[in-house]
Amino acid sequence: MNDSVIEVDHLTKKFGKFTAVDHVSFDVKRGEIFGFLGANGAGKSTTIRMLCGLLASTEGTARVGGFDINKEPEKVKENIGYMSQKFSLYEDLTVEENINFYGRVYGLSNHLLKERKEWALEIANLRGREKSITGTLPGGWKQRLALGCAVLHHPKTVFLDEPTSGVDPVMRRKFWELINDLSAEGVTVLVTTHFLEEAEYCNDIILINAGKIIAGGSPKELKSNYIKTPILEVQCANVIDAMSLIEKQPWALETSVFGTHLHVSVENEEAARGHIRQLSMQNGLDVTHVEKIIPSLEDVFIYLLDQEAKKN
Amino acid sequence: MKFQRILALLSKEFGQLFKDKKLLPLVFVAPVMQLVFLGYAASFDVKNISVVLCDLDKTEASRALIEKFSNSGYFTIEYSTEDYGSIQNYIDDNKVEMALVIPRRFGDDLAAKVPAKVQVLFDGSEGNTAAIGLAYVNQIIVQYSNHVLVQNLGMAAIGGVVPEVRAWYNPSLQSRNFMVPAVLVMILLITTMNLTSMAVVKEKEIGTLEQLMVTPIRPVELILGKLIPFVMIGFANATVVLLVMVFGFGIPIRGSVLLLFFLSLIFLLTTLGLGLFVSTISKTQQQAMMVGQFFILQPMMYLSGFAFPIDNMPVVLQIGSIAVPMRHFLIIVRSIVLKGVGIGPLLFPAGALLVMGVFILTASVLRFHKKLD
Repeated sequence: MNDSVIEVDHLTKKFGKFTAVDHVSFDVKRGEIFGFLGANGAGKSTTIRMLCGLLASTEGTARVGGFDINKEPEKVKENIGYMSQKFSLYEDLTVEENINFYGRVYGLSNHLLKERKEWALEIANLRGREKSITGTLPGGWKQRLALGCAVLHHPKTVFLDEPTSGVDPVMRRKFWELINDLSAEGVTVLVTTHFLEEAEYCNDIILINAGKIIAGGSPKELKSNYIKTPILEVQCANVIDAMSLIEKQPWALETSVFGTHLHVSVENEEAARGHIRQLSMQNGLDVTHVEKIIPSLEDVFIYLLDQEAKKN
Repeated sequence: MKFQRILALLSKEFGQLFKDKKLLPLVFVAPVMQLVFLGYAASFDVKNISVVLCDLDKTEASRALIEKFSNSGYFTIEYSTEDYGSIQNYIDDNKVEMALVIPRRFGDDLAAKVPAKVQVLFDGSEGNTAAIGLAYVNQIIVQYSNHVLVQNLGMAAIGGVVPEVRAWYNPSLQSRNFMVPAVLVMILLITTMNLTSMAVVKEKEIGTLEQLMVTPIRPVELILGKLIPFVMIGFANATVVLLVMVFGFGIPIRGSVLLLFFLSLIFLLTTLGLGLFVSTISKTQQQAMMVGQFFILQPMMYLSGFAFPIDNMPVVLQIGSIAVPMRHFLIIVRSIVLKGVGIGPLLFPAGALLVMGVFILTASVLRFHKKLD
């Protein structure tokens, strides 16, 4: 029994001497929302482009929906949907013309196209605006129309490359509802993002840095596997001063700024609370609140990237 | 290859074209403008060369020569001076293009039956006018000289050879007849090559090309979907140019219109191929414009015989011009329109175009393919 829809085996892409993707391996199961995280330039898009049959791999293989990406790229293309961060719609055409174009390109019959058009208009909330020029729509609407166009042909696997960049938070949340709906229908979704709160919505995540996978697992696993020490959230008047001070303390393992407060990972919660109180009094840090928190993915990734940086 | 996908692409391309409120009118206004410019303004015909006259002789003989000039229709005597030194001012101030100087002894020399001299000064900065004007001057002076000879010898005639020259196909030697058919060539080249390269590069710029590549569309379908609309626009353009040429300029098409269209299609293989090629080496529409303009259009215009005769070029360039598709198509168009010839005499240019078209298009398609991977 093999329910993996995407199987990636030591996939590597080199551009000249530069290795953009370095022996990446992972599996994605049917109906899963799989998050692909990393900074810009980490190799996320290059990996997705190889999986979609847009780029040939230098080494390694991958199968998408059972088809080898290097040997049967045309078969792969028929069975996937792809949406890039640019929401590749024709801005000078109307909403309906865009839907018709992509529908026909995927070979939908007139009957099916009509049905899917209704669906796409529904999810993009564009009913009644079929004749609007796409370029005049707000970003969030374009984004959902682009997703609608990318999945008109009922693909079993959907690749979304930074689908939420440049979209406001409310629209971003609505977009994730759509991704959840797709997943509930059994569609496998591989999504890249650099919004860590979005990664929480994923069933599984891998973190990629400089072309290599540095961690993987469900959000829960990542949090419990990598963060073994308590994390204290420290609220104080001047976080930058407090950070530079706390950083130097031997009891503070990791310190990072999260907006108006600090996250400090410590070995012993009670001892650390005492240390912080003491520091605050001695240096006038004006600490107003200290609380033990459940680590977020952001804590995990900051920790992991720090570890990577230390290795090099 | 699936017909449905090509059809989807075509309806998308036409949808975009018809929504572009500026491009489409431009595509059809441009040929008409070109026709007006090249039909009226870009004329090499030389008429009414303005002349300053410096008659220092003032004899019957000198007046007879002056009359020959003013009656020829090519020269207009605008100024008259007796100060030889002031001639330079007339030429420098662009008041005249030529000076006719008749020296003091002109009449006496003729009467004494020794060679008489006249001086003709041209503004050489207007090379074309000077060259053509010079030919007219020679013609007039030879005529006058013959006339003098006949008189001096006291005979009714002196025999000799008189050339009877006729310019076939363009009897009045109007450059309009030569230029207007060439507009057809230029318009087909500019619109099809530029529009093709820009249309492909535009999709690259906005990212839709990548989106298309993840759909089941095959590169060959994509290329056909991109090229067919521009073939159709090219033909629509050609029709406009030919209609204006026949009914506006009164230049009839002496040969077969069908043959002209068929050979145009072969020419389009080269222009579309070049357009596709430009798109593979350009990342932005501006780059595509510049590459097309400076590396393809301009060299072609200079080397094709569009305006400058190939026979006047250095041998190396003459040989190089064989590789310029526009050269062959110009021959084809001028021959069919002005001479009315059939395919027979055009086999070489047509064959050359076909070979180049197949080569350029194939190479561009392969390169386009490779660039997508």
